[in-house]
Formats: sequence, structure tokens, C-alpha cells
Amino acid sequence: MGTENELQVDLGHLLAFDPYHSFSPLPSSRDELVNECLRKGTELVQAIADRLFHLPSTEDINGPIVKLPPPTTKLPREKHLPKPKPPTKWEQFAKAKGIKKRKKDKIVWDEQTGAWKRRHGYDRVNDDEDVPIIEAKITDVPGEDPFAKRREEKKKRVEKQEKNRLSNLKQAAKVGALPSHVQLAATALPITGTQAVPEKVTKDELGNVAGLASTATASGGKFDKKLPGEKPAKKRGKHRKFLPVVEGSGIGGQEKEQTENVLRKIMSKNSHEMLNIDKAVSVYNVKKEKKRRNQQGQSSTSSKLKPDAKPMKRKNKPNEKPAKGGGSFKKGNSNRKYS
Amino acid sequence: MLKVKTPKKGRVKRELEKRAPKLVETGKKTLILQGTKTSNVLNSVLTDIYHLKRESALRFTRKNDNIRPFESRGETSLEFFSQKTDCSIFVYGSTSKKRPDNLVIGRTYDHHIYDLVEVGVENFKPIGSFKYDKKLSPQPGSKAFITFIGEGFEIVDKLKHLKEVLLDLLRGEVVENLNLAGIDRAYTCTAVSTNRVLFTHCALRLKKSGTIVPKMELVEVGPSMDLVMRRHRLPNEILRKEAMKTAKDQLKKKIKNVRDDAIEGTKGRIYIPDQKIGKVALPNKTKGLKRERREAKMKREKSERPAKKQKETSA
Repeated sequence: MGTENELQVDLGHLLAFDPYHSFSPLPSSRDELVNECLRKGTELVQAIADRLFHLPSTEDINGPIVKLPPPTTKLPREKHLPKPKPPTKWEQFAKAKGIKKRKKDKIVWDEQTGAWKRRHGYDRVNDDEDVPIIEAKITDVPGEDPFAKRREEKKKRVEKQEKNRLSNLKQAAKVGALPSHVQLAATALPITGTQAVPEKVTKDELGNVAGLASTATASGGKFDKKLPGEKPAKKRGKHRKFLPVVEGSGIGGQEKEQTENVLRKIMSKNSHEMLNIDKAVSVYNVKKEKKRRNQQGQSSTSSKLKPDAKPMKRKNKPNEKPAKGGGSFKKGNSNRKYS
Repeated sequence: MLKVKTPKKGRVKRELEKRAPKLVETGKKTLILQGTKTSNVLNSVLTDIYHLKRESALRFTRKNDNIRPFESRGETSLEFFSQKTDCSIFVYGSTSKKRPDNLVIGRTYDHHIYDLVEVGVENFKPIGSFKYDKKLSPQPGSKAFITFIGEGFEIVDKLKHLKEVLLDLLRGEVVENLNLAGIDRAYTCTAVSTNRVLFTHCALRLKKSGTIVPKMELVEVGPSMDLVMRRHRLPNEILRKEAMKTAKDQLKKKIKNVRDDAIEGTKGRIYIPDQKIGKVALPNKTKGLKRERREAKMKREKSERPAKKQKETSA
């Protein structure tokens, strides 16, 4: 039939299209028009049915079932094609090294318990709970609990794997190939340099960070463009001031004074260490003796030194026991030793 | 810092998986909604369209401010709804002095407006106004025949676009296998003039014709209306190319334990677990039997067994 060849039939959509039909005189009344449409429609439906019922069918309880051919009319997709998942770090490595996946048995012989057990999961082979004795090795550090160590190591391995997983997911998210049920949610922003992630960043902390960031240029943020409404940095860092080293009047002397001040401060703080006690004692004694010599006249130095040394010892005696007393001059230190 | 978020419940996970992009898509969901002002006619048009597509449609009954699909910024909330409800076709009704009984049918790609067609509704006859044998009324969700009649759909660009959108709206779920007993409806769209399309929904009556192919008869069941083309917006060419991509050569998934044999046809292999014959309750071990007799019998059997073995060895 000539007319049927002109029809476009798409069995995939059960669609028929007659691109040549036109109402030569448009029917005057609505009813006529509708009837004409229905008549034409019936024709087209019949054309679809002709092809449909000639398709090979399989009998079912509910009726004959035919397999529809794929539709020829292209319609746009609803969503983009699923993107292929990028290979994980391990997969890349395995490919480079030519490592192939090998199938492992689900069930493994467990020597600890003498039974077949699952490789992974609950009640698995070599479970921590099942290991009653761990043999000592030469490398073992005394005082370390090997069981705790085992648990610790396992925990570390799990954590590492979790970290790897996250990084692989991030890589997948970049190309938009995340598994449909996984979402990567951003938590609080870490401040550079801090290891721990702050739970919630306070306003003050944010201000501090903003201040640090705004002054982190060569010019200390002096020539940066300010955003409208941006406040000056909260915390300005103190900058060192260098004084001229060359001596002269006014400012020249300040450098020397500054360094001297620093030196004096250090000296005063550590003066007790710098004092040579032996020398100080002898100097003191010599001075005293000179004084006495001036008062008394002549006497031997060696005989005069001994009684002079005694009062010093006697000074410390009440706090010290005779056996150990000698070295220490500090009261508090010695007290702590024997209490 | 990033954190992996996964659904806590399996149901949520399955729902998310349903919404994920698929290699082969099975059908689009339709969102039916209205603007701030609608007429009685338009309300019943929308309810009737919802009735036709009940299986795969969502009807929003509240007024929606700030939806103006053709204007810039007017599609934001539409796109949001599309995202939220996972619908990729929308039918938006609104009425105004300039465009009375206005229906905007649009499609989205990746939850962004793909194309738009605006039609005015005239001569609307709702489902309720048709009298017909209720036995014929189509089952919800059944696959429909779609017919387009008239050269307008080929020549006029606007109508060509409308045809594509209508096909997408009416085709329903994409199926591979069709039950021939289940075909019961047909849509006919006739291009009456260059900007007017007559749309009707009919039930099918299958009559015996003496051949395999039954004689088809259309019974109008409604709704029926005239669609007058107004504005339309074709998809962006780049976007269209992107959206028309299909999975070309998808690998056929290997079915385990099934092989095709040239002579014997499809052959399947099934696994039957080991029959533990030793543990099977034997009829002669029933409880009803007295213990003494049972024991005696077992003893007899035991004594008989070695004799049998000897026989075997000698033979």
C-alpha cells in the first residue's frame, strides 16, 4: 500500500506519524473535525498494531509478550551519562607494576583455634581475641604490651585506609564520579599551621586569621586594595627596629645601650652561676685577714685561715647532716632530699 | 577539610541510587504546577494531565510565585523543584490577560531548563464530560500509542518542537517487553493549522478481524483540547548534543550459568546442594514403630551388610 509506506512508525515508542496528511478543505464544524481526526488516528493506530502483532511473541499467563525494538526517535536524556570512576591510587600503582587481582578464599584455616574461619569480619582468622600468647622476639622492647601494640597497629592501619579512601573519593569528586550515595561535606576550615581542626571557629579567631592573612605580603598589606567595608587588621605584628651600629651622638649610642641592657639582664639572672665560690671565699678571707692584720699586727696566714673557715661551715650545719654536707649551699635543695 | 557523608539507612541509599544518572534511562517524571493565577479551565487541564500520567507525575497544588519560565531568573525555583522532586518534565499552567489559559511544557537536563514550549488551551473538554463504556477505560500507567497527524509537524518548526515535547511527555515508561493484552490507550495529535494542534486521548477497542492483528477502534475518553502554539525556546545546540548522547555499545552483562547451545538452545546450569542422605529421616525409622522391633531390624541389617561386601569383592 502506498499510504503505509509514507507513514513513519517507531515501534519503540509505539509512535506513528503521518507527515503528508493535510485537510484540503478544513471541516467546518468541530464534530466533523474531531471525527476526521479520529478516523485518521484509527488508521495510524492500526498501522502500529499491524507491525506490533507481527513481532515474535512469547506466551505468558497474562497475554502474549513481545520484545519492542529500540526506539528510533531520539529524545534527550534526563541526566548526563554516568561518568567513569577514576582509578584509585592503588589501582594506578597496581597497573604500573602489573599486579593482578587474585581471588582469595572466603574461608581460611585458623591455626589458633584449629577451625575454618572467615578471612574478614566478625569471628575472623587471627582475631585479636583468639590470640592467647604472643611469642617474645629479640626486638621486643621490655615493658611494652604486645597485645596493646597489636591493637594499636590494627587501628593505625584502619585509619590509614580511611585516609586513602577519602583522598580517592576526593579525586572522584573532582571528575564528578562520586558514588551516588556518597557526599563529601566540608567541615570547618582549618587554619594553616594548626594540626587539629577547630570544631567551631569563633569570631575572634576568624578576625585574627583575617588580620594575619591581610598582612602576609611583602609590604605587610600596606599597598593591598581594601574591600569596601573591610576593617583594619585586628592584630598588627610588631616589627623589629634596627638601630645604627655606628657610634655617634644621639641615636648612635642607643644601640650599645640596648645590647648592654640585654647583657646586664642576662648577667643578673644567671649571676649565681657565674660566681666562682672558691675564689670569692678566698677573696673574702683575704680581705678579712687584712683587716685583722691591720688591727692586731703580725700573725701567720695559715693558722688564721682555719678558724675563719669554720664559721661558714657552722652556718650551714643546722640543716645538714654531717655525712653528706659539703657540696650544697642551697637550703631548699637539701631539705627536699631528705624529706 | 572534607568528611564522607553516607546515608544511615538503606532506604535513603536506594532512593539516592534511583536518582543517580543512569546509563540507560527508563523514563521521566513529570511535575505539574501552576502560577499565581489560573482559570477553572486550566485547573481541570492540569488535573486531567495529572490523571493521565498518574504513575509518573507529581502535582503541586499551591500557587507558585516567581515562576516565569521564559524570563531570566524566572526559572530558578523551577530548577529547584526539578532537583527536589527528581522530575525532568514540567507542565506549568498560568493565565493572564495577554496569554489566557497558558500551558508551558518544558524539559530539564541535569535539573536545568533544556527547552520550553508554550501553548494556549482552547476548546477543552475534561475527562468527565465523555460518555463511554467504563470497561474500556485505560489502566493507569499502561503504554500508549501515540499518533501525530498532519504535515504541520514536519514543516512548521514550532510544531515540530511541540511534537517532540509531547512525545516525551506522553510516551510513559520506556519498556523492552510489552504485553499485547495490556494496550488500551492512544493519544492523537493533529496539526489542524500551522499553529493549532488538536489533542485527544482515546481508549482502544480491539475487535476480531479474522487475522492475527485485531481491528483497532478508537473511543474518545478525554481529555480533548486544542493547543495553540505561542512561544517556544529550542535547546542550546551544545546542550542538545550533550543531552542526546547515549551509551553506544554497552557491554552485555554476562549471565552466570547460562549458555547458548546451537542445537539445544539456551541451557542453564543449576546448583543443587548435597543431599545429606545419612540425615534423611527414613520411613522405617518412624516413631510409630516399637523400639524393640526397630533395633532388631537394625541389628539384622548390620549383620547382613558384611556379607554383601564379601559378595562384591568376590565378584
